[in-house]
Amino acid sequence: MEKTTDIFRRRKLTYTAVFLIFLTIFAGTSLITEFSLADGAASFPAAAAWIAENLIPDQEAMERLPRILERLLETALLSVAVTVVAAVCAFFFSLLGSNIPHIHGLVKRLVRIVAAFFRNVPDVVWAMLLMFSFGQNILTGFFALFFTTFGLLTRAFIETVDEVSASCVEALEATGANFIELVFQGIIPSALSGITTWVLYMIETNIRSSTLIGMLTATGIGYLFDLYYKRLDFSSASLVILSIVVLVLVIETASNRIRKVVLS
Amino acid sequence: MALLEFQNVSKVYNNVTKALQDVTFSIEEGEFVSIIGPSGAGKSTLMRCANRLVDASQGAIFFDGQDVTKMGKKDLRKVRTKTGMIFQHYNLVERLSVVENVLHGLLGKKSTLSGMIGQYTEAEKAEAFRIIQEMGLTEQAYKRCDELSGGQKQRVGIARAIMQKPRLILCDEPIASLDPKSSKVIMDHLKQINREKKITCLVNLHQVDVAIRYSERIIGVAGGRIVYDGPSGQLTEAIIHEIYQSGAHDLIMDKLG
Ligand SMILES: Nc1ncnc2c1ncn2[C@@H]1O[C@H](COP(=O)(O)OP(=O)(O)OP(=O)(O)O)[C@@H](O)[C@H]1O
Ligand SMILES: [Mg+2]
Repeated sequence: MEKTTDIFRRRKLTYTAVFLIFLTIFAGTSLITEFSLADGAASFPAAAAWIAENLIPDQEAMERLPRILERLLETALLSVAVTVVAAVCAFFFSLLGSNIPHIHGLVKRLVRIVAAFFRNVPDVVWAMLLMFSFGQNILTGFFALFFTTFGLLTRAFIETVDEVSASCVEALEATGANFIELVFQGIIPSALSGITTWVLYMIETNIRSSTLIGMLTATGIGYLFDLYYKRLDFSSASLVILSIVVLVLVIETASNRIRKVVLS
Repeated sequence: MALLEFQNVSKVYNNVTKALQDVTFSIEEGEFVSIIGPSGAGKSTLMRCANRLVDASQGAIFFDGQDVTKMGKKDLRKVRTKTGMIFQHYNLVERLSVVENVLHGLLGKKSTLSGMIGQYTEAEKAEAFRIIQEMGLTEQAYKRCDELSGGQKQRVGIARAIMQKPRLILCDEPIASLDPKSSKVIMDHLKQINREKKITCLVNLHQVDVAIRYSERIIGVAGGRIVYDGPSGQLTEAIIHEIYQSGAHDLIMDKLG
């Protein structure tokens, strides 16, 4: 009896503590950064007026559209390629970090640490580091995206694999299936829809990220944006942004379709 | 010679939980044996020691005369191909079709490459469809398993086990998630397999009345030890209460019967 009331009391205390901690963090960080909700809201109208004046694409900007689309395609294809390659690597890597049998505990921990390292370094930082070895090159962007995607997907896939494998692994082991058969006949079919969802999500994310990285590495659509922005050609720059938004929307619609097909 | 023999088997999980303690019994080829006992008694552990999904901590387990506990990977794989297993939660690959799940029964005998890509001969496929028909699942053969009812899923589980052409089938609470009607269908199938194919059956059950009705012999487990091992006919009410460590009117069946 003592024990159960104790558990409930501890849970209530935990919730209260978590709430108070969040409140403190918000108040504290607002104070330190001198961020105030009221000031933020007050500066809105001026910003909106500036946008209306400068960011509507004009005739001149429309002439640049073919060039923009070309770079956009380059960026989109890069993101898709990176995500797919990273997903394949991450899947097999994640098996070594999951709870399925035949994997040594030490390997498991190592895999999780490596994945955490890769995903906790932001892709922009990876790009800046890699610039030393590859220079302003599309390879820099490729590897920068690859590393974070790989780290993130490994973590996600470990969870997906653990979730789906609990039931089928035991049954297939009992039939005498070996590790490879277990993976290809049990885990992959069960995890496929979860994997697809993650891959599609990462493609969307990577299109956004690769725009940013492109500014650093002078490749893809990011390079164009940077160029127009620095020339103060705001209407062309905003066309670049609009085209990215459209692309992301298109990708999102497409991935929703794909998801539906895979899930059903 | 006994088909399955446990000699002084003990299992300790994480150096603390004593799941099995000094368990000794043997099962002859062709027998239908039920294991009963309260939750946490060690029934599932006992069953998993037989095909080494769980490694026993102590003792020896003989399958067809060979000590399973000392086997290498290759021999263990061979033993597993000869023992089918059926689970409470069916443990199918839900996203694959019925026939693919049934063919999984062959994985232990396949080469890694053909097992990996799921390549089966025409004869193997024909055999799978024959077993599916036997289980009354012909209409569902190409359906994905997550579209089936619990009773149908369990029949797929049985079909997968039969596909292995096993000498022993281990059933871990095969009817615990099913309604009484589906339960009867499943138990009848198991009994039929046992009679017609001469496959030895070892079944964990929570329903004492079912155990008595279907098996010739019952093993009662409590606290990791065997407390009864004998013909189902001689299982008295006193013994049942001893197995479940319960008082005279504590069990559901007391009030029914
Ligand atoms: N993987 C495991 N790790 C640690 N302890 C375990 C594990 N599996 C089972 N146990 C413990 O071993 C004991 C026996 O469990 P087991 O699952 O064999 O019982 P059971 O008779 O099958 O119970 P039930 O009827 O509820 O299925 C329990 O105390 C359980 O908590
Ligand atoms: Mg159990």
